[in-house]
Amino acid sequence: MSTLENGAISSPAIHAPGERQITFGQAILEAISEEMARDESVFVIGEDVAAAGSVFKVLVGLLDEFGPERVIDSPISEAGIAGIGVGAAITGMRPIVDIMFGDFTTLVMDQLVNQAAKTHYMSGGKLTVPMVLRTTLGASRRSAAQHSQSLHALFSHIPGLKVALPATPYDAKGLMKSAIRDDNPVVVFEDKMLYQEKGPVPEEEYTLPLGQADVKRTGEDITIIATSSMVYVGLEAAEKLASIGISAELIDPRTTNPLDSDTLIQSAQKTSRALVLDEGYRQYGVTGEIASVIADGAFYYLDAPVKRIGAMNVPVPFSPAMEDLTIPDADYVVETAKTLCG
Amino acid sequence: MSEKNDSNPNETELDAEHWLQAYEQMVKIRTFEETANELYTSARMPGITHLYIGEEAIAVGVCEALRQDDYITSTHRGHGHCLAKGADLDRMFAELLGKEAGYCRGKGGSMHIADQETGNLGANGIVGGSSGIATGAGMSIRLRGTDQVSVCFFGDGALGQGLLYESMNMAQLWKLPVIYVCENNQYGEYTHNSKAAAGSMIGRATGFGVHAQAIDGQDIRTVHATARLVIERARKGGGPAFLVCNTYRFHGHHVGDIDRPYRTREEEAEWAKRDPLILLENWLLKSKQAEKQVLERIQQEVKTAVDDAVAFAEEASFPSESEVDRHVYA
Ligand SMILES: Cc1ncc(C[n+]2csc(CCOP(=O)(O)OP(=O)(O)O)c2C)c(N)n1
Ligand SMILES: [Mg+2]
Repeated sequence: MSTLENGAISSPAIHAPGERQITFGQAILEAISEEMARDESVFVIGEDVAAAGSVFKVLVGLLDEFGPERVIDSPISEAGIAGIGVGAAITGMRPIVDIMFGDFTTLVMDQLVNQAAKTHYMSGGKLTVPMVLRTTLGASRRSAAQHSQSLHALFSHIPGLKVALPATPYDAKGLMKSAIRDDNPVVVFEDKMLYQEKGPVPEEEYTLPLGQADVKRTGEDITIIATSSMVYVGLEAAEKLASIGISAELIDPRTTNPLDSDTLIQSAQKTSRALVLDEGYRQYGVTGEIASVIADGAFYYLDAPVKRIGAMNVPVPFSPAMEDLTIPDADYVVETAKTLCG
Repeated sequence: MSEKNDSNPNETELDAEHWLQAYEQMVKIRTFEETANELYTSARMPGITHLYIGEEAIAVGVCEALRQDDYITSTHRGHGHCLAKGADLDRMFAELLGKEAGYCRGKGGSMHIADQETGNLGANGIVGGSSGIATGAGMSIRLRGTDQVSVCFFGDGALGQGLLYESMNMAQLWKLPVIYVCENNQYGEYTHNSKAAAGSMIGRATGFGVHAQAIDGQDIRTVHATARLVIERARKGGGPAFLVCNTYRFHGHHVGDIDRPYRTREEEAEWAKRDPLILLENWLLKSKQAEKQVLERIQQEVKTAVDDAVAFAEEASFPSESEVDRHVYA
């Protein structure tokens, strides 16, 4: 991800000289550990989260710091731990439920969609569900169709849920802290491929609001809206576009629900062109919603239709020869951007 | 927890020829898995895989009691089940390497091998995910009026999944010919089952009135004899059964799990004494059903077959680009 070092990149997340560098995984761990220290009602529950420090090794050390009462290894019972999360949240705790692969969130659908998302509303505002569900997204690990999906669109569809998908260590920490403090159920999607990526994260305490997009690179000719690890694909594409005289602005919404429509629309009004890039299946993906928000809000400024790029509409295949075809890459983004700017 | 083993049921013994066949199947699985591990460590295989080494007596003991047209469903640790049910080495390896000649044309990989011809309804990446499918196959058998049976293999970790209990309840309600085979290898990933499964394992089935037994999963003679009884019972309309086969995975959770900090080397050494292959070997020799040379010849033949299969798989071609969006819909 050499794009990080190059180019006109505006975000403090990416460009903050002199600051401490930590990995995305460390940023998540710091956020959780700081919030657990700050608020005794926060606890973590999930499969192999405690003794093993999670299968992606993100939570190593948390058990030693807070003990088995607050860092809990569960049976392989996704629906059960999500349900426990909802019940504990309603009654005064702030659970962080860990679902190791985003693909397994299908097993918690009822607890999240019918219970957590609706409890506050159905109770006329009496009950709240301040719970975080941490999970992963992203392909490219040769893990095949049941361990590679990016299913954040499913949850973005549901009123009552919030959905965050950070791309940088800085965003990961700030958004995770806000998610934990939020009085609503928040689903946080972390790309498995990003855990080892380093970036600047200040020592000082900070949070980032849910619902605020971040301009990762400023530009004039086209707006690329990208989420999670697609931010890096977008930045790489922006570099390539710069070399052929096209100046791309890259915006990361950081949360799909709430969505910072204003920032996206303003950018599209400025550049007159927009392209939305996300790793979820293209059909009915978050790209559709974002494209339509821009088409509505910037219609009279647009010089070209808003384009969407997502994962191919197929289950993620195992064979490297096929898997790589299903995920958007920078060259494809460049080609698409060129047609819009042509 | 290692569920206490029931005593050896009435032995329904195979003859020497069949035992040698079972031995060959076990050696085949062992050699396949050792080779898969090598392919991983030498970076010749994409992704990771979960090895079945140490648990071979269960897949072979059960599958040797099945007919080709009986069904099985398998797990993420599924190579043993596939091979025991009759899968070919070359197409297995080709799938592991993501080649078009593989069982799933490279689309599934290690965790999703399925083979209609041998009644293998598929390995599964979702823990417990196949318990519904196996039970549905049992329902289909009932509705089609055949005398097939359906075997659901799953790990002790799957005891955490609610779907299993919904499925077993219905299987018993409707007397479906489904055998639930719990491969209790003591761990789900890095967590010992004493921290994941409360109460009795077989009690989970007897609560529904399902016939349940805990057995020694290292001894193929016990596994086979028990499986044969419950399978024939199910075939005759006697309903489902639940077997807890106590066993151990000799390697890590997956090929990348090298250090295994969650368990002791002493515990591993204890279980290694009960290597299912050695147990069978010793018994075959002691009961004079086979000479050492015969067993060695089998090992050698299997080794050659595995080497040939790997060569086939490595030479096979990757799927073409046009393959990627085929088979999304039938
Ligand atoms: C529903 C679901 N949750 C979690 C996982 C991740 N996972 C893969 S294998 C495994 C452990 C399974 O343990 P067990 O069922 O005992 O099988 P074993 O690996 O021991 O053969 C877990 C938690 C998964 N694949 N599916
Ligand atoms: Mg297990």
